[in-house]
Amino acid sequence: MFDLHGFGGQMALGALMTVQLALGALAVGLVLGLMGAVAKLSRDRLARAVGRGYTTIVRGIPELLVVLVIYFGSSGILTTVAGWLGHDEFVELSPYVAGIIALGLTFGAYATEVFRGAILAVPIGQIEAARAYGMGPWLTFRRIVLPQVWRIALPGLANLFLVLLKDTSLISAIGLNELLRASYIGAQSSKDAFTFYTVAALIYLAMTVVAEWGRARLEKWSRRGIARARA
Amino acid sequence: MKRLIAALAAVTVAAGLTVAAQAADKIRIGTEGAYPPFNQIDKDGKVVGFDIDIANALCAQMKAECTIVTQDWDGIIPGLLARKYDAIIASMSITDERKKAVDFTERYYSNSLRYIGKKGAGLTVEGLKGKAVGAQRGTIAALYLQDKMASTVSVKLYDTQENAYLDLASGRLDAVLGDMLVNYEWLNSDAGQGFDFFGDAFNRNDEIGIAVRKGEDDLRMKFNAAIKAIVADGTYAKINAKYFPFSIY
Amino acid sequence: MDWETLIPRIAKGVFYGVALLLAAGIVYGLTRLDYGVMVAYLDDLGRGALLTVELVAISVAVGFCIAVPTALLRASPRWWLSWPAYAYIFTFRGTPLLVQIFLVYYGLAQVDWVKDSFLWPYLREAYWCALIAFTLNTAAYTAEIFRGAIQAVPAGEIEAAKAIGMSKALMLRRVVLPRAFRICLPAYGNEIILMIKGSALASTITLLDLTGMARTVIARTYMPVEIFLAAGVIYFLLTFVFTRVFQRIEHRANRYLTAAR
Repeated sequence: MFDLHGFGGQMALGALMTVQLALGALAVGLVLGLMGAVAKLSRDRLARAVGRGYTTIVRGIPELLVVLVIYFGSSGILTTVAGWLGHDEFVELSPYVAGIIALGLTFGAYATEVFRGAILAVPIGQIEAARAYGMGPWLTFRRIVLPQVWRIALPGLANLFLVLLKDTSLISAIGLNELLRASYIGAQSSKDAFTFYTVAALIYLAMTVVAEWGRARLEKWSRRGIARARA
Repeated sequence: MKRLIAALAAVTVAAGLTVAAQAADKIRIGTEGAYPPFNQIDKDGKVVGFDIDIANALCAQMKAECTIVTQDWDGIIPGLLARKYDAIIASMSITDERKKAVDFTERYYSNSLRYIGKKGAGLTVEGLKGKAVGAQRGTIAALYLQDKMASTVSVKLYDTQENAYLDLASGRLDAVLGDMLVNYEWLNSDAGQGFDFFGDAFNRNDEIGIAVRKGEDDLRMKFNAAIKAIVADGTYAKINAKYFPFSIY
Repeated sequence: MDWETLIPRIAKGVFYGVALLLAAGIVYGLTRLDYGVMVAYLDDLGRGALLTVELVAISVAVGFCIAVPTALLRASPRWWLSWPAYAYIFTFRGTPLLVQIFLVYYGLAQVDWVKDSFLWPYLREAYWCALIAFTLNTAAYTAEIFRGAIQAVPAGEIEAAKAIGMSKALMLRRVVLPRAFRICLPAYGNEIILMIKGSALASTITLLDLTGMARTVIARTYMPVEIFLAAGVIYFLLTFVFTRVFQRIEHRANRYLTAAR
């Protein structure tokens, strides 16, 4: 149906790279998001300020710019920091790592809001009950809050993941051979842009379908034990 | 869920945390990979072309271990300055503007600028008034159009030379200004049938060199010596003949 | 002291350390920038920002007009009405905007019947291609937001409208749509912000929007960090001002709800 002029292998590798990027950024972003939410809800003023600054700035700048600034700007700062630590050599981020950090930062900023809402949605009575049992704040967070936060935050996080999946295409701008760049190369070599970009679109669609399926499964799993109580 | 995150984190770390340290006898060379026949990416995802062959010949001559890094043209000088690689071998013209940011070796080939457009459309350089002319952003062709032609023609700048050609073929552009040799290659391709040069070639003393960071004279001198050596021992002529039936040195 | 109470303290210490290191890194980075370049090219960036605003304003306005009927179709119980709307929304939400732009700009340009059609004078221009891609994209997202809002209109209000004998069209005009718009305002505001940021992709098809301008300036100055930072600040100001204005609109639109409290 589609003639990929021998670039099919490159497209497949690109798709794999896209999945890797998305999962890597998801891991970074989840950690950042959870930290951001805890910081924003903290009693500590500095923590709140950092949390607010992080979400406002990152959400206000185009993702493409975040990617480019991290890729080009990181080496200078990293090398200097390494110098302070006594390593007199050049340190840099590969496009892959820069991409994961940039996408993770963006995901984390939006996830902060999702987590914050989810943490607030945990009934206060449960936390009071935990305190009454003599649980410390960390244990309460780990045993009572966190398990429920996942369930409440899941739909929001799933939406963000779908956005993230598509945002991986921006990493093509710093020369990483992900799906879009692979199609770009194929399109330029074969002069057949229409075919390559259509195939790319279909692969992204397929990934979205799989992600949606996974989201449905996860949501069902996270609600086990809850559904009956609601009915 | 915690285990899921741990697994994801493991994937990330395993797949990517490559902090590159630079060793003395290793040279990383930046190129674009979208500029046939000088540098382009083939079906296996490898960079090939005249620039790459020259780079490999130079490295063999210098007995250095070289790796090729691709980088979009937009960011190719910033990438060098940010030390993503140590030299640019990407058909870069030696210009005064660029010399403010980087140092150049002696030339490794010469080029000139020339317009191409639809065959038989009666195009002339004087007749371009009001027409759409494209070039790759950040090239000497683009700077020429921006500085000298912007008041009379509609200048369109592209991320890659190939995208400018795509738009010439689709009819969005009336003409493309670019390096003569790259235009020559495209006119000889399937997509370039029906198009031809028009006007005279200009900017004839355009020399293409290797860019290194300012002050890295050791590396620059090594490259200069290697260029001289491969021209003298015939390696250069052999590579030249692979791509063009005339000398481009 | 047991470890359960120790962990939050350690976490706090680590947090302060990281925050301090990060702040030091950023401040150090900022002191090493060339601010003269930013000022010298502020004019160009300003012109780019104007194009960005223009692209976003038009595509959001037209996208809105497409989104309302699409959302109604999507919420329809008849499958032959809802299914095409669903397919459209799914396709545009499931693929990256960048791919959509490339398909409209480079993809359509190589299809012969497109080039022979009356559309070509428009599709020939990068400006129109960007507008088409942006509009279709934002309309799909907006339609989905509207659909959610339409379905979130309290059932009691619809029953009340029916009970006093409103026709379907009247009910839609007087009850469902106004109510849905108020419900979806926060989500809709987010979508417009995403569009402001997404419009940066117009730079990939020769348009000199804020990002395109920035990239062209960088091609001359080779100072990506400075110029992108300046562009980033302008984007930030755009989204910041928009957020503030939109909050006012939201506040006004929902005034009747808060007044009761």
